[in-house]
Amino acid sequence: MPISFTVNGEERSVDVDPDTPLLWVLRDELRLTGTKFGCGIAQCGACTVHLDGMTRRSCVTPISMAEGSDITTIEGLEGPEADAVQAAWRAIDVPQCGYCQSGQIMTATSLLQQIASPSDEDIDNAMAGNICRCATYVRIRQAIHDAARTLEG
Amino acid sequence: MTRFSLSVAMTLALAAPLAAQDLRMPADFENIENETERSAALFEEMGKVLTHPRCLNCHPKDSPTQGDDMHPHEPPVIRGDADFGAPGMNCTTCHSSENFETTGVGGIESIPGHEPWSLAPVEMAWVDLSLGEICAQLKDPERNGGRSLEELHEHMAEDGLVGWGWEPGAGRTPAPGSQDMFGELTRAWIDTGAACPS
Repeated sequence: MPISFTVNGEERSVDVDPDTPLLWVLRDELRLTGTKFGCGIAQCGACTVHLDGMTRRSCVTPISMAEGSDITTIEGLEGPEADAVQAAWRAIDVPQCGYCQSGQIMTATSLLQQIASPSDEDIDNAMAGNICRCATYVRIRQAIHDAARTLEG
Repeated sequence: MTRFSLSVAMTLALAAPLAAQDLRMPADFENIENETERSAALFEEMGKVLTHPRCLNCHPKDSPTQGDDMHPHEPPVIRGDADFGAPGMNCTTCHSSENFETTGVGGIESIPGHEPWSLAPVEMAWVDLSLGEICAQLKDPERNGGRSLEELHEHMAEDGLVGWGWEPGAGRTPAPGSQDMFGELTRAWIDTGAACPS
């Protein structure tokens, strides 16, 4: 039975096993490959998307749970916080290999949507589940602070 | 070793499964003639459930633990203002409305889930308390969510998140017995005066 939801503002419907991870659907069915597979067990954060406005590890989310929901991936991320984050990322060259960065940006944007001026502790708490094997953590934290200052005007 | 592979290796090294336990039923305590002593003994049996990792992991003072060995939650998470994690990393960032079986990579066979999924409030923290202290806390409406003993029984016997403890998904040892048995023990404990072990 088809499962229907919205991805990046477009209504989509897929007919797959209800237990199929959302990540598989995004990448293999919808060809939205900006969201990455890292671990498959919610330990690394590379697969982070927004589901009804909240961060969500798509590798452990059954597609059945997405019925009727509003999903945003890195391809469709927009708004002042997203713009500020992506500009800050570019300004100080946050990525090294870049593999984890779509997940990092999805979480960083969600954080700024909820806390306009996060402390180091707020950032660490929000980003603790987004692992970067290039260890760009210092630049990630700096870029989030920079984005927050941009949003303050 | 990368941070990720180190964390997975630690998870594997620490994950020692518990043996499934059973529960004795109220009838097994009828030979204790003194009602107060029988009540306290019934609570001690309930304590097998209350102090089981399936329950204690989400009744912490601060951050939750996980696994049968109650290791720190990985990835690191905090309680947060609403017992629901930090902004940007809530419980539901990873936990769905039901258990989700993974492919078993990294020794994690399933991600636990239930609707709702959150920590017990901090006033209901049980970690490091004696069974007698947990008993006193459970009876105190200031620390049990404002519940009467009857409402406490309903919570133990029927609440879905409590019931998750017996259906925790692949890779986790269920709480001892069943929720029905736990409910019957709670009923008998209340009916005998809800005495606490010393």
